[in-house]
Amino acid sequence: MNVMQIAERATATATAKMTARGVQVHYGENHALKDVDVDILAGTVTAFIGPSGCGKSTFLRCLNRMNDTVASARVTGEIRLDGEDIYDRRVDPVTLRARVGMVFQKPNPFPKSIYENVAYGPRIHGLTRNRAELDQVVETSLRKAALWNEVKDRLQAPGTGLSGGQQQRLCIARAIATAPEVLLMDEPCSALDPIATAQVEELIDELHTQFSVVIVTHSMQQAARVSQRTAFFHLGHLVEYGETGQIFTNPRDPRTESYITGRIG
Amino acid sequence: MGIGLLILIVLGLAGCGFLLGRQRALSLVEGDARRLHSLPSYYGWSVLLFTAVPALLLTAAWLFLQPTVVAHRVAASIPEATVTARGGLDLVMTDIRRISEGLDLIARREGLDTKAVAALGTDTALKERLGAVGVAAGAGSDPAVFDAALAWRETSAGLHRAMTIAVLLLAAAGFLFAFLRISPALRARNLVEQFVLVLLISCSLIAVATTFGIIASLVAESWSFFRIYPASEFFLSTVWNPKFGGGSQLGLWPLVWGTIYVSLIALAVAVPIGLLAAIYLSEYATPRLRATVKPLLEILAGIPSIVYGLFALITVGPILRDWFAMPMGLGASSSSVMTAGVVMGIMLIPYVSSLSDDIINAVPQAMRDGSFGLGATQSETVKRVVLPAALPGIVGAVLLAASRAIGETMIVVMGAGAAAKLSLNPFEAMTTVTVKIVSQLTGDTEFASPETLVAFALGLTLFCFTLALNVAALVIVRKYREQYE
Repeated sequence: MNVMQIAERATATATAKMTARGVQVHYGENHALKDVDVDILAGTVTAFIGPSGCGKSTFLRCLNRMNDTVASARVTGEIRLDGEDIYDRRVDPVTLRARVGMVFQKPNPFPKSIYENVAYGPRIHGLTRNRAELDQVVETSLRKAALWNEVKDRLQAPGTGLSGGQQQRLCIARAIATAPEVLLMDEPCSALDPIATAQVEELIDELHTQFSVVIVTHSMQQAARVSQRTAFFHLGHLVEYGETGQIFTNPRDPRTESYITGRIG
Repeated sequence: MGIGLLILIVLGLAGCGFLLGRQRALSLVEGDARRLHSLPSYYGWSVLLFTAVPALLLTAAWLFLQPTVVAHRVAASIPEATVTARGGLDLVMTDIRRISEGLDLIARREGLDTKAVAALGTDTALKERLGAVGVAAGAGSDPAVFDAALAWRETSAGLHRAMTIAVLLLAAAGFLFAFLRISPALRARNLVEQFVLVLLISCSLIAVATTFGIIASLVAESWSFFRIYPASEFFLSTVWNPKFGGGSQLGLWPLVWGTIYVSLIALAVAVPIGLLAAIYLSEYATPRLRATVKPLLEILAGIPSIVYGLFALITVGPILRDWFAMPMGLGASSSSVMTAGVVMGIMLIPYVSSLSDDIINAVPQAMRDGSFGLGATQSETVKRVVLPAALPGIVGAVLLAASRAIGETMIVVMGAGAAAKLSLNPFEAMTTVTVKIVSQLTGDTEFASPETLVAFALGLTLFCFTLALNVAALVIVRKYREQYE
């Protein structure tokens, strides 16, 4: 993509959806994330980039408290969703995760039918009153995930029978179906071929008008293509965070420049 | 030459073959092993296998067939009169075999040669001498039988000599063939691989063949049962009342009902407890707790069923009688279906829990993450994602428990009694198919009577029963399986 285009990309002047202040994460003895401050803006795609083990996935998993499922993880600091501290004692991580959805690195459809995969979230949260409404939610979610036309004739077929790219879009549809406010994506294209990757990227571009999207990626081209804002992590530190165009064309920190030009990684 | 010595010689030859074959392969390439197709030891193995395997197979086959051949030859030489006088060919042949074995022992103990053994026929004290070596032979005094026994010895010895020679020749031939065949281009490694393949195939064939053998013997004996007892009675009558004097009623249903009833109670105890324990252990327990509790639970599986039987007899039976059966007016017997079922259920808990735990653990973590990521709680995740994914395996575990329950005998004998009854009252004594198989086979009746042979028909029924259960489960699993990957 042309560098000038990135630089001139219009960024939404939106308000902060999630704010993180002084976030630290320890896995047992290992200090994985050090003092991270980030604002995730509403209606924006935010990309986290950085070399392996830099803490970007760890931070992503803090945003919907998925780190709670790891016994050795300890999170300190403050993360707010719409001004409400998500690590507050009164917040139920289960409801939080319905508001902050997640798509994983490897497509992980449940061993159920395509329909049941998408209906899973609405069912467990009681979002629909009857079967017709549920059908409607399933269809809308699949349409938003750009999968409807491919699967509308075989909704009862197992979700595991789809191709890798279709499976990942099914997982995205599944996450959309609970109507989240923020969608976290942990390297959603790393297990996909280039064509499927392009489809998912196109999808992300369409989705950000409705949700805030946070995407962790190893591919700098991908970050440049899909995101409006980019955060660069290195060795557990947030090195630089700003508009994607600025990060890629005019980084302030020498480490960022080294990374995006391929000198460190 | 004894069999042991013969086998040792063959194995020794094979061992030499290994060393020499390896040596020859190396010397053919002047010690440069890289020019050989395979590693030098593979050449050694090829000679070893060609020497030992055919020779040992021949030995096994020969030993298996020899008694039949000898019996056939000897039988031809026995006068018709002797056969009829002694009540049939089978009995005569048994006598002959026994006497010839006795003669062998006498000859070995007293160092007699063939002639001296032949002279024993005129010895009036032959019966006592046979008795002294532990052989009871009433027919020893009959000259025809004695002659046949001599013939038996002679034929056996001749065949044994022939076998020794044949086996040694075959071993030597195999040795020479394989040894001379060695060249640097010989694909010795592939030969050895092929041998391994054949070995694996034959081992799996043994398992299959044994199953068919068992079925065949069951069917054969059941067939002879149905020839002397009407099948319609067996399958349709609801009365089980064997009499040793004959005129028994051998209806299948009281026993089948007892089996089903006890197994159902056992599964009703074992499946919920075992499955819930497995879910706790694999999904909720900390690794340390799991590492302690799981082995403890598995200790239950190591307790012999007779010990559970004692537990049923001494503890559970009286408790159920005093606290449940008597107050509810359902009976006064401490042996009851309930006692056996509950104790059997306790025995089966570790089977269900341990297997289910492994299966639940095998469900990929990605499934759980996906569900948690959508805001599902732990129990929703278990109920809607983990258990459906693990279902085929869990059904398998339950089936394994069910076949154990159906086949269990000891707990039933001690907990449920031995009275065959058709009743719905769980506090009444009943019995199962397996218990009756044991008591019919160990009874005092003649083997060829319906009272004994019914055991085989019962065994066949039980077999068909478990087979149907397995097939049904397979169908269920295939229909409802939710595959992950």
